Amino acid sequence: MKILIVDDFSTMRRIIKNLLRDLGFTNTQEADDGTTALPMLRSGDFDFLVTDWNMPGMTGIDLLKQVRADPRLASLPVLMVTAEAKRDQIIEAAQAGVNGYVVKPFTAQVLKEKIDKIFERVGG
Amino acid sequence: METAGHLKNDAEFVAELQDCAKLLVEKLQNNEYEDASHLIRNLYNARDRHIFNSVGKLTRALHDAIVNFNVDANLYPEAHSSEIRDASDRLQYVIRMTQDAANRTMDRVETAAPIAANLGQEAHALRAEWGRLQRRELSKDEFARLYSRINDFLEQMGEGTDALNQNLQAIILEQGFQDLTGQLLKKVIGLITDVEKELVNLVRIAGHVEEVTGLNTEHRASDKSTGKSTSAEGPQIHARPDVVSGQDDVDDLLSSLGF
Repeated sequence: MKILIVDDFSTMRRIIKNLLRDLGFTNTQEADDGTTALPMLRSGDFDFLVTDWNMPGMTGIDLLKQVRADPRLASLPVLMVTAEAKRDQIIEAAQAGVNGYVVKPFTAQVLKEKIDKIFERVGG
Repeated sequence: METAGHLKNDAEFVAELQDCAKLLVEKLQNNEYEDASHLIRNLYNARDRHIFNSVGKLTRALHDAIVNFNVDANLYPEAHSSEIRDASDRLQYVIRMTQDAANRTMDRVETAAPIAANLGQEAHALRAEWGRLQRRELSKDEFARLYSRINDFLEQMGEGTDALNQNLQAIILEQGFQDLTGQLLKKVIGLITDVEKELVNLVRIAGHVEEVTGLNTEHRASDKSTGKSTSAEGPQIHARPDVVSGQDDVDDLLSSLGF
């Protein structure tokens, strides 16, 4: 299971990486915005994308739309982990095809729950 | 742009002055005093108009600059929601968040430290007993006690390390404040940059005051707002009806959308 973590704050990437390691996912890579993440996704065989929304360059929502528009990436499970908490934004993310949405600050348990749920749905 | 308008205004005024002056000389040479005094009145009027225009433009430019300043002034009814006030709220929130994170981190350390200390203490004590066992200094009773003590210790060790792990993970998670406060600080930095720009504008207007001439009317507040509709907002610091109040709210909203 190869996971890409996209967030412009390195501390948050580290936190998510730590939590994922604790959940047994050790193969993770990092990118600091959509612009760097997209080529990585296109050239690497990632199984899962965890992305922030608010980033300079390409935002997470734009990254999500790009992923869904790319035929080779369209089915990649995407979890959004973000401080963006407006209802409109959550609806926009859902309509863009997000697989899960976690608002910051979050707990390890919530992250685990959402990831489990995504794989349950994708795998089953 | 603004200097072009300003020059045009000046040029018109100067042209009017020159025309009037030329005519005035003609009239005076021809002894047409009534027409001459009429022209002088016109000259006065032109100058007054010019000054009124300049003051009007100056006032408008000043007003724009002040509005763009986002200052919390009582003059404006929308002042209670000014961006400066919003920035202060954001900074207050940053202080609260860093303080909470620091306290919760220290709470975790204070919970974890005694667990580690107890385990260490018991390990040292057992190490001593174990040494006596190796040197065959233990009686049968003492051996039985050591036997059950080791059993207890292994149990404590399992529970203790689990608790330590949990606290360490929680400390990692606490560091999320850096991202959230960072987003808020970036917003405030953006506002300060805007205010600085307006301040420079105000200084430029003040420079024009001495000239009491036309000012930049083209520069209006309207070109300031650019694509705000879908931009990211960063963490929400107030409860608002259009904002979810936590993960449970997010889950409810998503499930209502068929998730």
